[in-house]
Order: sequence, then structure tokens, then C-alpha cells
Amino acid sequence: MVSLKINGSAHSVDAEPNTPLLWVLRDELGLTGTKYGCGVAQCGACTVHLDGQPLRSCSAPVSAVGGKNVTTIEGLSSKTAKTVQQAWIDLDVAQCGYCQSGQIMTAVALLEAKPKPSDEDIDLAMAGNICRCATYVRIRAAVHAASAKLSA
Amino acid sequence: MRVLDPSSAVAIFAIPAQQPAGLNRRDFLKSSAAAGLVFGLQLPLAKKAFAADAVGEVPPGQFAPNAFIRIAPDNTVTLVIKHHEMGQGATTGLATILCEELDADLPAVKVEYAPSNAALYKNLAFGAQGTGGSTAIANSWEQLRKAGATGRAMLVSAAAKRWNVSPASITVSKGVVSSGSHKATFGELANDAATQPVPADVPLKDPKNFVLVGKKETRRLDSQAKCTGTAIYTIDVKLPGLLTAVIARPPAFGVKLVSFDAASAKAVKGVTDVVEVPEGVAIVATGMWPALQGRRALKIQWDGSAGKLNTAGLYSDYLKIAEAGVGAATITRDKNTAAQMKKAVTTVEAVYEFPYLAHAPMEPLNCVAWLHDGMLETWGAHQFPSFDHMFAAQAAGLPVEKVKLNSLISGGSFGRRANAASDFTVEAVNVAKAIGRPVPVRVQRTREDDMRAGWYRPLYVHTVKTGLDARGELLAWQHAIVGQSIMAGTPMAATVKNGNDASSTEGVWPTPYKIPAMSADLYSPVQDVRPLWWRSVGNTHTAYVMETMLDELATLARQDPVAYRLKLLADEPRMAGVIKLAADKAGWNTPMPAGKARGVASHFSFDTYVAQVAEVSLKPNGQPKVERVVVAVDCGVAVNPDQIAAQMEGCVGFALAAALYGELDIENGAVKQSNYHDFRVLRIDEMPKVEVYIADSQHAPTGVGEPGVPPLAPAVANALAKLTGTRVRRLPLARQKFQLA
Ligand code: FES
Ligand code: FES
Repeated sequence: MVSLKINGSAHSVDAEPNTPLLWVLRDELGLTGTKYGCGVAQCGACTVHLDGQPLRSCSAPVSAVGGKNVTTIEGLSSKTAKTVQQAWIDLDVAQCGYCQSGQIMTAVALLEAKPKPSDEDIDLAMAGNICRCATYVRIRAAVHAASAKLSA
Repeated sequence: MRVLDPSSAVAIFAIPAQQPAGLNRRDFLKSSAAAGLVFGLQLPLAKKAFAADAVGEVPPGQFAPNAFIRIAPDNTVTLVIKHHEMGQGATTGLATILCEELDADLPAVKVEYAPSNAALYKNLAFGAQGTGGSTAIANSWEQLRKAGATGRAMLVSAAAKRWNVSPASITVSKGVVSSGSHKATFGELANDAATQPVPADVPLKDPKNFVLVGKKETRRLDSQAKCTGTAIYTIDVKLPGLLTAVIARPPAFGVKLVSFDAASAKAVKGVTDVVEVPEGVAIVATGMWPALQGRRALKIQWDGSAGKLNTAGLYSDYLKIAEAGVGAATITRDKNTAAQMKKAVTTVEAVYEFPYLAHAPMEPLNCVAWLHDGMLETWGAHQFPSFDHMFAAQAAGLPVEKVKLNSLISGGSFGRRANAASDFTVEAVNVAKAIGRPVPVRVQRTREDDMRAGWYRPLYVHTVKTGLDARGELLAWQHAIVGQSIMAGTPMAATVKNGNDASSTEGVWPTPYKIPAMSADLYSPVQDVRPLWWRSVGNTHTAYVMETMLDELATLARQDPVAYRLKLLADEPRMAGVIKLAADKAGWNTPMPAGKARGVASHFSFDTYVAQVAEVSLKPNGQPKVERVVVAVDCGVAVNPDQIAAQMEGCVGFALAAALYGELDIENGAVKQSNYHDFRVLRIDEMPKVEVYIADSQHAPTGVGEPGVPPLAPAVANALAKLTGTRVRRLPLARQKFQLA
């Protein structure tokens, strides 16, 4: 049994300690907003927050998570997060949408750390998140839009 | 991709709006048909499996004027979407068209994806139920406008009767019907509307009265779900007792299973079954992780002889085929080509090489299958239900009436999920069958499985010889294409006429350019790896050849590449129009700073005209950096302008990934690349600025999901040639380093 704190509530799951957090979230807890894209920390589709920091859950064994706070797309609730999600909706960023949970998780962490990111900051923070539909023009615009709203 | 059922051909081409009156349109259609772009698809199931009642499955108590609209007394308006949503916005586009004529409140509607029922939901461009070839909006435009208007007319006549007023006094807006002081929602009128006769002929709106079509404010319907993690893809389907399976697949094309020992795999906690299926050995488990652990533990033996396919040697093999000239299929033949070529003062000969490409959509392929109570149910990204339904039934050994497909959105496709063998659906059925218990199972591919399983954009080699006169004017064009046929060996094989597969040649012929004498041949060798259409299909390579060669000729002739093209497009006002628009917006005639150059390319595909101007510089490591792309598109009436822009942006990024990095190497039948680290796709730091300009047009709407792809690579290559003096004839570009000229 592994004990986890996810989106503010405690869970204990029957999983092998080397099971990646991603599959615990999806298969054990039914939190399917976090996606599988590559399994090797290349695409960012599986991004969650661990104590506010972006984490590739496909490559983090559940045993390493310990008592830290895990936040998934389903658990986003901060003002920054809501603003980012709304900016994504306003600009119709999503196409297939499959990468967007991960994109949003990374963008939220970026704006929490750096409220007014430059294009270079965005490139640096978001280059680990692949969007095969190449919605990058709008991702960039939405990060800027959210940043502007938050500092208004 | 254009598939046409002969029985519905008349109906499709009888729609006048589908045939704009453009001068050379006629010639295009004629030559397209001759070249085989119009397919004859014969599927047994479409005919007899479904009673063709007009409205399909309707929940009791709902008003359903036709197969696309359901209105419940509680005022829920549900629209049935006949096309697969893989990101291109078909859901929003089709709902927009329906709501426009129905005058429903677009943001408030619910959408449902159509069940497999080709009688009601076929793609009018194919004659079968399926999505592809950038046809979703084009084929639905008239059909859904009529469907919406019919629903509206019945609501209006119900209201007129209830209030005892003339229908002419009634207005409808955002789901509310009113006349004077009378007011009713659609829901309040639903029961009465259901008793009204279905009008045979309904007037459609005058386009100047459109409130949704053509408006920037019209937004996607699926953004909320996709930004909150609540959108359900196949990978997210939950069913009682659902199991997950991965398949141990042959390590190389052409390799067969010899034997396996399941014991160690079965010893993994959570593994429930290890079963042989035609695709390999399936490891079935309670979740993805135990399934993967089981696969790792499985002892399996493949036959020792490796596969035969080697891409390294394939390019020269294909060149030899073109040079030998034996067994060619004629794409086009102008008997003056040789004589004209003799007159040439300058000739240019070039060989172009294009690698295999994977689609690599974000959601790796998957499907859920459940055999229960004498029937089969599937949940999947059924992009082509007519194929998937037939092949799933075949695999299950059930009649099609006993097979129910549940169609879900997908995490991208780019052509991969419209599969003429339904590989990802069939393997799920095979595993469900092999388990032998009535439990649902999801077969999930890993990224590596997905990347290595074949069904690629085939490898192609082109040889081209062109001739110019003393003034640099084009005299003759001799062309050969070598590459696998996508259509041969599929249910659309009949479309390959005299060995001529239009999906290998579209974009070379027919061509909008007035080339005085052109001849072209096609060779279609067969390989162990299955070929498949890949976003924009043949145009992925033909546009590159045509547009970089033309650019080279313009340079040789010391003429401006834009002007050079326009001269050859005197009879093509829409093509010329987008070139001028892109050039103008890009500031074509203004000088570029040192270290930067512009390139232009244009292409007609899927009935849409696109031109792009790319601005390119070099990174410190000598690799190209694309800084800005200006796109001009003429796709007829712009149904959702913001979504057209989104598709152009996405097409640019998708095409740039392939232009820079896309390449699969196969050695002894084994694919070397496996995941995004070695099959590089575009990341945000490499995404250029993209500006999109949509030409004003009253022509019927045409597709936008693909036509933004073909011009990108040649526009970038043309800019690179200007910048560095190097003409790249083998993709991807990042294979080599560049230096400023
Ligand atoms: S699935 Fe974790 S980074 Fe791709
Ligand atoms: S929206 Fe499709 S992968 Fe990003």
C-alpha cells in the first residue's frame, strides 16, 4: 500500500512501488485528465504538480512521491490556474486537446513562478511539452493573455 | 482522399454549389476524375445492414426532424455529428452550420457522435461513413444547412398553429421562437413540432443574414472540456471490469512469431491473460503498468530471419527503377514533350528524395472491445466507421448488425486512424476474442508500438527534367515518381486505374501551372511496410518537387519567383489571388535584413488554394530557423474563420516538423526510431510566428485540415536556397548544415 496526497485528499493505493505515478492516477484513481503520450519524459502530456512544481508523472515512481502534494488538472483551483484555463478557452488553443492538460499544468507552474514571462521564458518552460497539432502560436498567446489578466 | 460511391455520385455532383464557376475548375475536376481522385468504394455493409429510416436512433419523446437534430421537451438541443473529431474542429464546424439555419443557440447545444450508419451519416464525398481528405465541412455544407432549415420550419409551423399567427410573423433567434408578444423555447414547441409534416423543400438563409457562419466570434464547442481534463478519449474509457492489454509485436517487418512462454509474464501481479493473436502476443492485465511489466517478462521467440527492408538502399533502388523506365504507369503524356525538350537552351535535372514518415499523434493508437451477449461493442476513435465496422465484424465472426461502434474523439490522427484495414480496431477485437470471457479490454499501444507498427507516409523518389528557352520561359517538363501505392490492396484498390494511383501523383498532375509540354510516369514498388495517407497525402511530396523546381527555374531565368508563378497561372485567378495576397502581406518586395531570406510556395489541394511566404535564418549550428510564415488561403466561404486560422497555424507547425526532422530509418525490416527523442517533432521554441489571411470568397466551402501543409516545406527550402545557395533535394532539412551564401 502506498499513501498519496492528491488534489487535497489522502489516498492509499495498492500499487507496486515502481509504478509510475501516471498509471496510479489513471488506472487506480480514475483521474484520466493526465495523459500518456510517450512514457519517457519527452512529451509532457503527463505533467502534474508536485508541491507546485511541474513533474512528468510517467517517469516518477509512485514510491518517490511520498507525502508531497500532487495536483492534477482535475484539482486545479488557484486564481492563476483558473485564469490560465480561461485564457486557453478564450483563444480556442486546443485542437485535438490531448496535450493540453499537460500544457496547462506547465503554464500554471510557469506563471506561479514568473508572473510576467518573456517569449524566451515561455520557450524555456514549455519546450518539454509537445503539441503534435502544433497549437504553439496560441499557447504562447494564451500564456501572455493570462499573465496580463493576472497582473491587471 | 476522395472516395465516391457510384450510386451517390450523381447526387453529389448535382449540388450546384459544389462546382464553383471558376474557369479552370472544370478542367481540374475532369483531370482529377481521370487521374482517379474519385474513388469507387464498395462496402457490403452500407447497403443492407441498416434500415434507412430518415432519422436514426432517437430517444423517446424527442423531436427529430432528421438524422442530425434532436430537441427534447426540456429544451436540450442535441446535434448528431457525422464526422470524427481529431482536432480539426469538425464538431464545431458542423454544429455551426446546423445552428445557423436552425437558429439554435450554438454555445448551448449538446453534441453526439453519429453511430455507424452509412445510410444516414455517409460522407457525401466518399459514399461511405468516414472522415478525411479535408471533406468534413465541404460535404456537409448543403446537407446540414437543409437539415437545420427543415427543423426550423417545423418549429415555426408548430408555433404558428399554437398562436394562430402567420408563419411570416415569426422570428427565431438563439433557440427562441417569437411573434409579437408570443414567445416559446424550442423545447416548449418540441412535441408540437414533431407532429408537423416534414417540408420537402425549405428556403435557406441569404448568406448576408448569417449570424454564426463567417463570424470570428463563433467559438469551439470543445475547449472547456479539453482545458479541464474532462474530455473523454479512448484511453479514458471506463467500463466495469475493463482490462488493459499491450501486444508484443514482431521486432521487424516480415518477421513471424515462433513460440512464447507465458509463465514469467503471468507471474507478474495484475496480469490476467497471455494470449496469441494475429498481431503477436497480447499481455492482458488489470492496468497499463502490469501489462507493460508482463510484456517485459514474456519469453518470446521470433523467426531468426530478419526482415528485408532497408531504407538506406531504397533511395538508389527507386532511382534505378525510374532510370530503367520499365513498367511505368502514365500519369500524363504530352507527345510534344521530347521535341520541346530538344529546343531547350537550359535544362535542369534533379532527383528528390522523401523518407518514410510516422503520423505520431499525441494519443497512441488504442481501442476498447467487449464481446458480450452475442454482440461486439467497441469504443474508439472510429475515423472511418464504414471500415472499422466491417473489419470489426469480420474479426469477431459476427454479422454487422451485432456490432456496435461507439465513436469517440481522438488525440490526433493526421490520417493514421482512417485505416483501410482498421488495424487498431481489429487488434482489440482479436484480443477480446482470445481472452474468451465477456470482459471489456482496451488494447493500448505505447509510443514505441505506435511508431514502429508501419502504416507510414511512404518513401518516394522523384526525377525531374525541365527545359527553358533563351528567355527563361518553360518549354517542357519530364517527371517520374517512384513510391508505394497507398490505395492498392485496400478496399479502394479499384481507384488505381492502369497502375495510376492518384494518391502518389496528386499535385504533380493535374497542375494549375500552364506548362507547355508535360509528361509524367509512376512506378509503384511493393514493400513489407504498409503505406498510408499522411496529412495532405501525395501533396506532402509533390508540392515540394513542383514548387522548389519552379523556384529554381525562376532563379535561373533571373525572374522574381512570385512573378514567374503568376505568369504560369494566368488562367487560375484563385491560385494567383492567394499568391498575391501572401506576397503582399509578407512585404515580398521589401528588402530583408542580412542573414535572412524569404521563400514562397503555393499549392492547390483538397479544393483549397494556399500560398505561404516563409522567412528563414540560420541558427548558430547551421540549421534553418523559420521565423515567420505568412499564409493566404482561399477555401470558399469561411465557415469558422478563427478555426481556419487555427488549422493553418497547425498545418505550418506539423509540416515544419516533417520538413526539419521527419524521417524513419528501417534496417533489416526494423524501424530505428521509437519515440519523440529520435523521431523529432516541433516544439514551441521552434514555432515560427504565423499570420493567416483568408481570401474573400463566395464559393462553396472547401477543406482546411490539410491544405496548409504542402506549401510549407518548399517555401522554407526556397528561402534557404536564397539564403545559402543550396538547393535541398532530400528531406528532412536538418540532415545537413547550411552556410550563408
Ligand atoms: S507521457 Fe510523460 S512526458 Fe510523455
Ligand atoms: S492539441 Fe493536439 S496535441 Fe496538442
